[in-house]
Amino acid sequence: MPTPAASSDGAPIGRRVVLAMLGLGALGIVTGSKVQRGLEWALAPILARDGSGLAGLLPVSRFRIYSVTGQTPLRDATTYRLVVDGMVDSTLELNLADLRALPPTRLVRDFQCVTGWRVPDVPWVGVTVGDLIDRAGVQPGAVGVRFYSYDGLYTESLTMEQARRRDVLVAYDMENRAVPPIHGGPVRLYVAPMYGYKSLKWLERIEVTSQTPPVGYWANRGYDQDAWVGRSNGRRDEAT
Amino acid sequence: MTQHGVERLARFDGNERLLHWANAVLFGVLMVTAAALYLDPLAALIGRRATVRQIHVIAGLALPVPILAALVGPWRAALRRDWAELARWDAGDRRWLRSGGRAYGDGPPGPSDHARHVLRFRAHGKFHPGQKLNAAATLGFIGVLLGTGAIMRWFGPFPLAWRTGATFVHDWTAIVAVVVVAGHIRMALADRPAMSSMIRGWVPADWARQHRPKWFETETGRPAAEANPPHDSSS
Repeated sequence: MPTPAASSDGAPIGRRVVLAMLGLGALGIVTGSKVQRGLEWALAPILARDGSGLAGLLPVSRFRIYSVTGQTPLRDATTYRLVVDGMVDSTLELNLADLRALPPTRLVRDFQCVTGWRVPDVPWVGVTVGDLIDRAGVQPGAVGVRFYSYDGLYTESLTMEQARRRDVLVAYDMENRAVPPIHGGPVRLYVAPMYGYKSLKWLERIEVTSQTPPVGYWANRGYDQDAWVGRSNGRRDEAT
Repeated sequence: MTQHGVERLARFDGNERLLHWANAVLFGVLMVTAAALYLDPLAALIGRRATVRQIHVIAGLALPVPILAALVGPWRAALRRDWAELARWDAGDRRWLRSGGRAYGDGPPGPSDHARHVLRFRAHGKFHPGQKLNAAATLGFIGVLLGTGAIMRWFGPFPLAWRTGATFVHDWTAIVAVVVVAGHIRMALADRPAMSSMIRGWVPADWARQHRPKWFETETGRPAAEANPPHDSSS
């Protein structure tokens, strides 16, 4: 940067501002994940009491939408149907009222994304996958469960053992309200102990399979099929 | 330079104006695509995340292009002069900074609205310290957002915590940048002759005499002070 004599009689504050910003930015890249956690802890009481919705705009404890399709798939809650089929005694077809009439399971667990963001203490209500497939009657020899989204693209799958965990839900409430369409409503999967990409949105079909089901959408693209939080994808996040 | 009775002083040449507006268009594209990626209702409405993300990344990578082109081309002289001017802070500028932007100028606010307005936007040199701060911050935003954005996009070679850290810095810096750009536009709208000079290149000499006395004197060789205090334009 040339400094003609006419303007050399001042402090180079402009340069200091730029360098300070770059330095802070670099520091933030290295320490940001820790700072973020501290900030979330510090702001949690404020965020919980925020009635304006403005706090939702801040990049703290917020969900990010990573849908793989062009538009948010919309399905009317009144016409919604969930199908449970495959290696079961009888195919089930449930509407939202049927689902809500089944014994509910309530979980308050963190939602951890494999890209690093985490939303702490999200309340979920739904029916465990285990309860649902048991109602349909799992036939002997079934080893896996496959989940289909009505976005037409996304699928997920779990082993029978994983699917039967008590913290794997077909969720219809999230954060004390019906799951909004953008978060996968009216009904989505919530696989509490695994990274978010296992928690398929816009669930329309659960298939019990006789063979190990094909891996899910992101596992197909290089992410781990067994996506335990803190024990997969090369990450060491705290378990949810 | 006098035309239609208004004496003009050249303030920004074509290269500088082109750089400003190229940068403004890129910032606009980046903010619109960022909103479509970041704000849930917009994300739901617009969707097509992969496409929006690609536009955002390309516009981001393009940010240094106009700056470098304007700085190294044979047309660079005026920009380099102003660049040096923007980087240097004289005693008055520093006093303005220390006062938290409340005080500039040499005395108490004048009696009329016009005099108060003049004082608020007044600086000795060609640029107000607020403009210097805005220029430095813009450069800093570009550097930080470009660096963190690149790590978010190509996270492979970096430690995983850096991806979270880069996202953290990118989000907060972008929020501050939006506020600063909004403030920049608000100030420009409040000082129309200054804003117009980023379009047509010149300011009325009378504006310069009142708002940038030292620059006026350097440019015209005439004293900026006049016998009468600034008159109220509404009277």
